[in-house]
Amino acid sequence: MLLVWPIAIPLFTAILCLLAFRSFEAQRVLNLAGSLALLAASVVLVARVLDEGPIAAQMGSWPAPFGITLVADILSAAMVLITGIIAVACAIYGLAEVSRTDERSGHHALTQALLGGVCGAFVTGDIFNMYVWFEVMLIASFGLLVVSGGKAALDGAVKYVGLNLIATLAFLAGVGLLYGASGTLNMADLHLTLQGRHDETAVYAAAALLMFAFGTKAAMFPAFFWLPAAYHTPSVTTSALFSALLTKVGVYALIRVFTLVFDTTEPAIQNTLLYGAALTMVVGVLGAAAQMHVRRILSFHIISQIGYMILGLAIYTPLGLVGAIFYLFHHIIVKANLFLIAGVIRKSTGSEDLYVIGGLWKRKPWLGVLFLIPALSLAGIPPLSGFWAKLLIIIASLEEERYFIAFVAVAVGLLTVFSMIKIWMEAFWKAHPAGDDAAATPAPALLYIPIISLAAMTVFIGLYAAPFVDAALESADQVLNPQAYIAAVTAASEAAAEALDLGPQEAIPTLVEPIEAPTVPEEQLNGLEAEGEAE
Amino acid sequence: MNSVILSTATRFLTPLILIISIFVLLRGHNEPGGGFIGGLLGAIAFALIEKARGVAEARRAMRFDPLSIAGFGLACCLFGGLWGAAVYGDFLRGVWPLYDEYGLPVGSILLFDIGVYLAVVGTVCAILFSLEDAGHDVAGRED
Repeated sequence: MLLVWPIAIPLFTAILCLLAFRSFEAQRVLNLAGSLALLAASVVLVARVLDEGPIAAQMGSWPAPFGITLVADILSAAMVLITGIIAVACAIYGLAEVSRTDERSGHHALTQALLGGVCGAFVTGDIFNMYVWFEVMLIASFGLLVVSGGKAALDGAVKYVGLNLIATLAFLAGVGLLYGASGTLNMADLHLTLQGRHDETAVYAAAALLMFAFGTKAAMFPAFFWLPAAYHTPSVTTSALFSALLTKVGVYALIRVFTLVFDTTEPAIQNTLLYGAALTMVVGVLGAAAQMHVRRILSFHIISQIGYMILGLAIYTPLGLVGAIFYLFHHIIVKANLFLIAGVIRKSTGSEDLYVIGGLWKRKPWLGVLFLIPALSLAGIPPLSGFWAKLLIIIASLEEERYFIAFVAVAVGLLTVFSMIKIWMEAFWKAHPAGDDAAATPAPALLYIPIISLAAMTVFIGLYAAPFVDAALESADQVLNPQAYIAAVTAASEAAAEALDLGPQEAIPTLVEPIEAPTVPEEQLNGLEAEGEAE
Repeated sequence: MNSVILSTATRFLTPLILIISIFVLLRGHNEPGGGFIGGLLGAIAFALIEKARGVAEARRAMRFDPLSIAGFGLACCLFGGLWGAAVYGDFLRGVWPLYDEYGLPVGSILLFDIGVYLAVVGTVCAILFSLEDAGHDVAGRED
């Protein structure tokens, strides 16, 4: 049951929000309570997984590979935990930021549905079920994009949904091919079935389709342009939630599927990921350099940071994966925080356009400090969390003698500093074009609670990195050597078969009738042989 | 739209489509059909009213807000899942309280399917009605 809670709690909260649609107050309380409950459940899950190793459960007691498996190793559990943290931060921030129009159109219910989809994608052990959670996420995020209305929002939402639907279609096609090739959809079972079959055409084609699908979801080069078109249009709370979670689900799916199901050491797969990651980093950071809108700059930076995570996977050494997993965790906290700060900048100065704002350092120096913590962490300045994340990735690429890639990673880090300095100079340092008093509009104190908490986490992870790196090491080990993961699924499956009184041996034969190969009648065969002899 | 033929035909067609949609919902137990397809059929019945006699009339015919219906449907799904968890400790495990005694295949699975049916009817109608409303708003502004 422990594995069901991260999905059931947000969905249940979403239902309650839908039923309480008349009262905004009730919905706000429900949203916050649901997020806190999710956080509590995820803490229990992480503690259990760190203690006992991967855990798994079969839904409805149908044994694998027919029933849906939920399974959590450290990576999944940590992702659920960070989802809980971001959910609480955004729920608190949203109390003071989300507009009445958004609330009337179902902001709270959609947010919780999105969280349910995200957690579902993290804990599922079945690739078709993952597709379903991606759909839940897509529909909920589309709703969140359009609730605030307006032309820009619709324009962004159409690009977002258009490209994401194509990706989803590719996902489904890939899953279909995999099912045709292997006869199973359970990821642990796929790992076993596809052993030694990685050079088959169907498997290659499925890998290509899934890489395209997850790459698009993660905003990887070249299918990244939906992200900067959409992320700056909704309310700040929503875009912080999106920036923290949506692309990271794509990265998580890449890490999960390209370690467990496919063999990333195949040169075609590894090189595509490697150079795709490098291009993603460069394109993202250059795109950001050209922007003058705070949230658009930050959106382009998501793309370049995604490149680092995929690079960690593409290097495919234990250290590379440690870097990718540490980067995921660090990036979610930092990026959500920067979006939340962008919201305060907007409240204080009335705009996010860097040309028309300024003067924040004189009027709100504390906001400046709060901005610098995640901004410098993003750029990888020691001793903040981003430094360790970048360091791990760069060392991993140097160890593999990928000097050019390591150089790109360092250069992109420098350009990130440039963009952060640009926001700093324009929004904080320079005088406000309309006099500095225009930058002094007070922002509700409630907005600062999540910002300060997330900044504190960034500093804490930076100064006290060892336990986090240790957890990432153990997690990378589980990802690269999935025996424990598979053992957990097998044990859950056997327990389920027992609960259904099928017994482990008869479990599988009674569920599907074996299909007999069509046999050729004997006379025909004889005839064919006779013909051959005659020739 | 203002068509006497469509409006009159709707009176007969709506109950018919709704009955078929429920038939498809129940048929889905062991044969092709089920909550999703049944729900789409049910939504068609209300779409027909909406096209023939307008959004206001369709909303009245539904009696409840479409999103409340969707929410109630999702709640049915969730409780269908939790029922199995309460009886056997397995989320989504099928529970058949009337099967052994009366042979009726009524239980948590049917509850789940009804939930899907309601969720689909509610969501599709909510989308359809708000699109229709938005269309009127835009048309009004252009005048």
